[in-house]
Amino acid sequence: MAAARATGGGSTAGRLAGLAGLAALPAVVLGIFFVLPVSGMVARGLVDDGALDLAGVLEVLGRPRTGRVLWFTVWSSAVATTVAVALGLPAAYALYRLRWPGRRVVRACLLVPFVLPTVVVGVAFRQLLGEAGPLGFLGLDGTARAILAGLVFFNVAVVIRGVGAAWESLDARPGEAAAALGASPGHVFRTVTWPQLRPAVVSSASVVFLFCATAFGVVLTLGGLRYASVETEIYLLTVQRLDLQAAAALSIVQLLAVTALLLLAARLRAVPDPTVARRSVPPRRPRRTDVVPLAVTGLLLAFVALPVAALVTGSLQPDGPDGGWSLEAYRALDGRGTAPGQGGTALVVPVTEALVTSLRTAVDATWMALLLGGLLALLLTRRSRSRTERRVRSVLDGLFMLPLGVSAVTLGFGFLITLDEPPLDLRDSPLLIPLAQALVALPLVVRTLVPVLGGVDDRLRQAAQSLGAGPVRTLVTVDLPVAWRPLLAAGGFAFAVSLGEFGATSFLARPDDPTLPVVIFRLIGRPGPLNDEMAMAASVVLAGTTALVMLLVERLRVPSVGAL
Amino acid sequence: MRRTTVPALLTCALALSSCSLVGTGDDEAADRPTGDGTTEAGGPVVLVTHDSFSLPKKLIRAFEAETGYELELRANGDAGSMTSQLVLNVDNPLGDVAFGVDNTFAGRALEAGVFAPYRGEWPAGVEEYALPGDDEGVLTPVDNGDVCVNVDTAWFDEEGLEPPQTLEDLTDPAYEDLFVTSGATTSSPGFAFLLATIAAYGDDWPSYWEDLLDNGAKVVPGWEDAYFVDFTAGGGGARPIVLSYDSSPAFTTTDDGEDTTTAALLDTCFEQVEYVGVLAGAENPAGAQAVVDWMLTPEVQAALPDSMYVFPVADGAGLPEAWAEFAPRPEQPLAVDAAEIDENRDDWLTEWQDIVSR
Repeated sequence: MAAARATGGGSTAGRLAGLAGLAALPAVVLGIFFVLPVSGMVARGLVDDGALDLAGVLEVLGRPRTGRVLWFTVWSSAVATTVAVALGLPAAYALYRLRWPGRRVVRACLLVPFVLPTVVVGVAFRQLLGEAGPLGFLGLDGTARAILAGLVFFNVAVVIRGVGAAWESLDARPGEAAAALGASPGHVFRTVTWPQLRPAVVSSASVVFLFCATAFGVVLTLGGLRYASVETEIYLLTVQRLDLQAAAALSIVQLLAVTALLLLAARLRAVPDPTVARRSVPPRRPRRTDVVPLAVTGLLLAFVALPVAALVTGSLQPDGPDGGWSLEAYRALDGRGTAPGQGGTALVVPVTEALVTSLRTAVDATWMALLLGGLLALLLTRRSRSRTERRVRSVLDGLFMLPLGVSAVTLGFGFLITLDEPPLDLRDSPLLIPLAQALVALPLVVRTLVPVLGGVDDRLRQAAQSLGAGPVRTLVTVDLPVAWRPLLAAGGFAFAVSLGEFGATSFLARPDDPTLPVVIFRLIGRPGPLNDEMAMAASVVLAGTTALVMLLVERLRVPSVGAL
Repeated sequence: MRRTTVPALLTCALALSSCSLVGTGDDEAADRPTGDGTTEAGGPVVLVTHDSFSLPKKLIRAFEAETGYELELRANGDAGSMTSQLVLNVDNPLGDVAFGVDNTFAGRALEAGVFAPYRGEWPAGVEEYALPGDDEGVLTPVDNGDVCVNVDTAWFDEEGLEPPQTLEDLTDPAYEDLFVTSGATTSSPGFAFLLATIAAYGDDWPSYWEDLLDNGAKVVPGWEDAYFVDFTAGGGGARPIVLSYDSSPAFTTTDDGEDTTTAALLDTCFEQVEYVGVLAGAENPAGAQAVVDWMLTPEVQAALPDSMYVFPVADGAGLPEAWAEFAPRPEQPLAVDAAEIDENRDDWLTEWQDIVSR
């Protein structure tokens, strides 16, 4: 606290000390749970027999297959991002600028895919696209287009949420003025709306690109064997081949590419002065000219609903499509799956117990993400008084976005090879999973809080301080009243992300205490009457819980949710 | 309204925090047997497994009560991922004992010196599953199962078509576009099937695979994709021939339990054996040995089919009724030596991937 108190003082050194004080906890956590594991993993690949072996890394990068993998990653992510933005923009408009019945529910529904376990969605997608599926005639099964569809399915929510929130708080008057002066709607968009919207679009697009480039489950389950992305290749090289050198080489490429992308995005984003008060414009009724965005939204809803509907029907037809409807699979959720014979079971714990574990884990992940994200957001939004200070802030900002762009495999393996000795023997800590999930959710939390805290006039804080309020008091009286809704919204996001997180959890989960996505994965991997239907029913429960959380977040009506 | 909301939400947050993991502490401590008279044995013993590991909690408690050890489980992804992690952590083992390394990955672990020699009392029948090339005696067989091509017999009856019998049949135009398998690079049964074809065709396996693909075989990423999506008997797919296990027909019994609607082709099977072993450098080697012995007890052996969908290795362990009746075992499964697999794994997978993505 002493360090934080120094922020009140005027000296640059004092302010930098204040910065360091706020940054200490997040930096330590990031250092231990991100930098250490990743560098440990990369070092394993670079050092051969005690000597640095860069020639080996260059050899890996020169392989034709590496080239193909890199190319596929870049173009599939670029196309998926373009499509997600093209569909997300009109939907964001329809969902945040127009007022029509049910839009909150639709918003919440469109956010659900983002947190569904990829394995389940993969199977649902394949059930639709497979030869015997309702969309089998499209011939998409196993193609790159299926992968693209999957990537868009998962990520369009990011665009809608990010751009929608920015659009909602956009001042409509300049546009109306331009229209009154005779500008066509297209012209208004190009000259007035787009420049104001661009930071949010760029920021969402860069996040979507990151998610696409590092998507693991989607590429593995939907495209399968013909296509490999950097992420699946790292998995293959690490797990199947134990070729750590090649895996490290690809991890380094991935890290560099992500860093470059973040730098580029930061430059393009060029946020306008954050202290300019944002106005919440009441949405208006749709006009005839709004038919296109509304139609796109409807299309998008159908696209997102299809795989989910396949899950729901699957869970309600335990005896296959011809066997009629029943709730049997849902009733079986308090059990542990089946194996014929001597009353065996597929799981160690009932599905309902796994749900409870998931919820408890999510509670922990949420407070961790809020604590770390809150500190970071405070840090990033305090007004910079010198160039050094600004630079330190922007470096920190980028640093905490990096976990978005690193392979879960690298991180998972890294955890196990670096956090294995006292005082950091954390392999068995019950806090490991929530912490990993909190790190996954951290960028979302930070991006939700930063615009809001950034919008608080610093003069208010100065006034409070000059009246004798300490830093804590200032925080409670000035920042909290503005920030509590976004804080809750960020908590909701973190909670939902944690509920659906599978990548890191599958590496770290204790077998006798699995989370719901892990249990779903186990059920779907085992034959037995009702097991796959139970997996689908459990997925529906998971999706429903997520939708509920998202709906609550929607009710908070967070005015501006910045980049995400 | 706002005045009341904040405190209300804070109260909720506090209430929620009591149902977090942090709040629970270690209440299991109460269940633990505390010094029930058994010698100096005791303390935690950490069992590293793949994430398909599952045994009834009752059995685990009985083990703890009888021996005084506390069994801690640590999952590490699938069998391949677990083996890789064991190898990476060879100087600082992940635990005391590891279960789930199979004969397709064992060579890698052996070569890296992951396991320490230990051999307990082996019940009758176990010996025949011992890993060839394990001269020091570090691995103990626990269970086995065969990856076999399965057919939907009901579908073939309906079509009036004789189901295929052998690997060779799968390239017969009569069975064009009927077979779906999971990939060797993306799934462990897929890799086992590649090994089956290598065992059957030797160096000619690439041309067999070309024939297979020419005959319309479909390769999907995972077992669950193949079985639940594309297989006619799994989830209403379009293909009546699928890569699965020899135990799978026991899961497709008719409603009256009198018959099964699928069959495994016993000439196409590749045998997978799962092993347990004491980890070199274990902190609790005595506990680790106790776990190895425990895995071969009649109770654990009998629980294997229901818990992990595999066959026990000990004679007379008993099988679930449906298994005994509907899941006949291959007499001569196809096999490739673990050392040979290890030597060629990379080349085989690379070549296979080339053929499949051509």
